[in-house]
Amino acid sequence: MIASWPCPASHGDTASEFAQVFDSDRAHRLLIIPALFDEANRLRRLTVEVMRRLNLAGIDSFLPDLPGCNESLQPLEQLSLADWQGAMVAAARHFRATHVLAIRGGALVVPQSLPGWRYAPVNGATILRQMLRMRILASREAGRDETQGSLLEAGLAEGLELAGYRLAPAMIATLQDATPPQSSQSIIGQDMIGGSPLWLRAEPDEDREQADALAAVLAMGITL
Amino acid sequence: MSDDTDGQLRRILADVLGLKAEHVAAFDAETGLFGHLPELDSMSVAGLLTEMEDRLGFIIDDDEIDGELLETYGSLLAFAEVKRAAAG
Repeated sequence: MIASWPCPASHGDTASEFAQVFDSDRAHRLLIIPALFDEANRLRRLTVEVMRRLNLAGIDSFLPDLPGCNESLQPLEQLSLADWQGAMVAAARHFRATHVLAIRGGALVVPQSLPGWRYAPVNGATILRQMLRMRILASREAGRDETQGSLLEAGLAEGLELAGYRLAPAMIATLQDATPPQSSQSIIGQDMIGGSPLWLRAEPDEDREQADALAAVLAMGITL
Repeated sequence: MSDDTDGQLRRILADVLGLKAEHVAAFDAETGLFGHLPELDSMSVAGLLTEMEDRLGFIIDDDEIDGELLETYGSLLAFAEVKRAAAG
């Protein structure tokens, strides 16, 4: 089901954002912070499959759009990681989350006050390097020579389009230095899930066994 | 160290390209990569290189990425071994 939630926007306004939800007003309520940028597309299927399994296990779950991504109408080119962090805190409050799961770069914007998990958390610099490289390789095929250094410099001054996402100077600056914050949230490594990481695949894929394993870790942690 | 690099590089290729372990285990130095494996397109090259950096512990400069690097499994492994030795 799709629900909407009020998200803080610029100048003290509120924007209406969407979330994919399984909400039966149950006691256990898991907020899921999606992976960032193109990784979110590659992991969306796994994420929703995990939500389906949690629903059957009696757990509500909520997957909000990050402002400027997916169905969101907010201008991504004006946002930074701090805006996403504020948005996820607002989503946690609106959906009355009792737990949180942050996926990959979602760990950079996770509300730290909630108990929960981080699945394969990653530094902002790694995400940025990967997207810069995709752009450099694509440009090279088109006969244009770009370097990470020159792209970063331009991006920090004027913003930059990477992997189809228009990133603000503030987004690039905050990504460069962002590491998942210290917290008591547990880390779920790929070794606990088995199989090979789906965010690495160039094409979105799914894996039933991985969804089973991830849902089992979460369901046991939430209901025990 | 070289056996270790070999094993890790095969694992990275399997993970990034979604190939079966048996398929990757059968690669030899002459096995063609870019242009031979349909799974390895320019989008997945970026992921492959970034994953090599993270798991093998070195940084790949933009100007080190050329057609020869990904021509065969042997050329990619030789590159990884040299980079690892240099990273110490």
